[in-house]
Amino acid sequence: MTLRPGTRVRASSADPDHHTRLPRYLRGQIGEIVYAGREWPLPDDVARGVAAPRAETVYTVRFAAARLWGTGRHTVLADLWESYLERADSEDGSEADDEAGSEDHGEDDGPQEER
Amino acid sequence: MTAEPHHHDLPVAARVRRLEERVIAAGLASDGELDETLARFYARATPVNGARLVARAWMDPRFRERLLADGSAAAAELGFGPQVSSYQLRVVANSAQRHNVIVCTLCSCYPVALLGPSPSWYKSLAYRSRTVREPRAVLSEFGLVVPEEVDIAVWDSTAETRYLVLPVRPDGTDGLAEDELVTLITRDGLIGTARV
Repeated sequence: MTLRPGTRVRASSADPDHHTRLPRYLRGQIGEIVYAGREWPLPDDVARGVAAPRAETVYTVRFAAARLWGTGRHTVLADLWESYLERADSEDGSEADDEAGSEDHGEDDGPQEER
Repeated sequence: MTAEPHHHDLPVAARVRRLEERVIAAGLASDGELDETLARFYARATPVNGARLVARAWMDPRFRERLLADGSAAAAELGFGPQVSSYQLRVVANSAQRHNVIVCTLCSCYPVALLGPSPSWYKSLAYRSRTVREPRAVLSEFGLVVPEEVDIAVWDSTAETRYLVLPVRPDGTDGLAEDELVTLITRDGLIGTARV
């Protein structure tokens, strides 16, 4: 699975009993891929001493503060391993309207898109 | 930052010391070896390194493009390759429309080689929890008032992907040489808690 910039994703809402790098405040939240970074070993596997930790693409995902906190015009960008994410496109239609706020912030958040 | 507590007073210092004692007890390294390794690393870790990347980007638009496209490769061009080899370096540019600020909510990840040792406040629970939630208020407490019309992007970093902010070149610096520009750039400017 390769997630292209612009893809809407939902962060996992799971509450694992082991180490993870998905911050709790992002669990279950919908954001947008802005950058596909390098592959890195999955910290959840590394911390548990898995012999061959899965290597996954780490994506920069942009979240609208208004969605995370109910207030604020800023955006929060976090680097998340692929297995923390699922596509949000298949969600029911009501989500699409909620997301309008996060689209207002333009397409210029990724450093690779800067001039 | 005169009110910062001394490092040895912080709970994290005691925690690090306990970890060091376990490493020593396990025979993995001696106290002297740990000190020497840290001293060697920190001797070369300074915000002057990050400032050199920024000043070069201000002077050379093509370097700026490369820096924003691939921070790790651009850092290597200036000789910092080995120091940033364990993570992906990404550089985010401030502009008239957007201000960037770096935080690590889960711990205190940060490109130490380019910014120097991180300040105590960067590791504090207050900075880590408030910056993602109310960055405008946090920045104003640093004396940086970001106008309402400027968007704020908060980058929550990990150990594998670390960030450096490229500040806007201040007005009135057109006549300065690259070395002089380097002296204008502060650690806080590279984190995003100061304008430059």
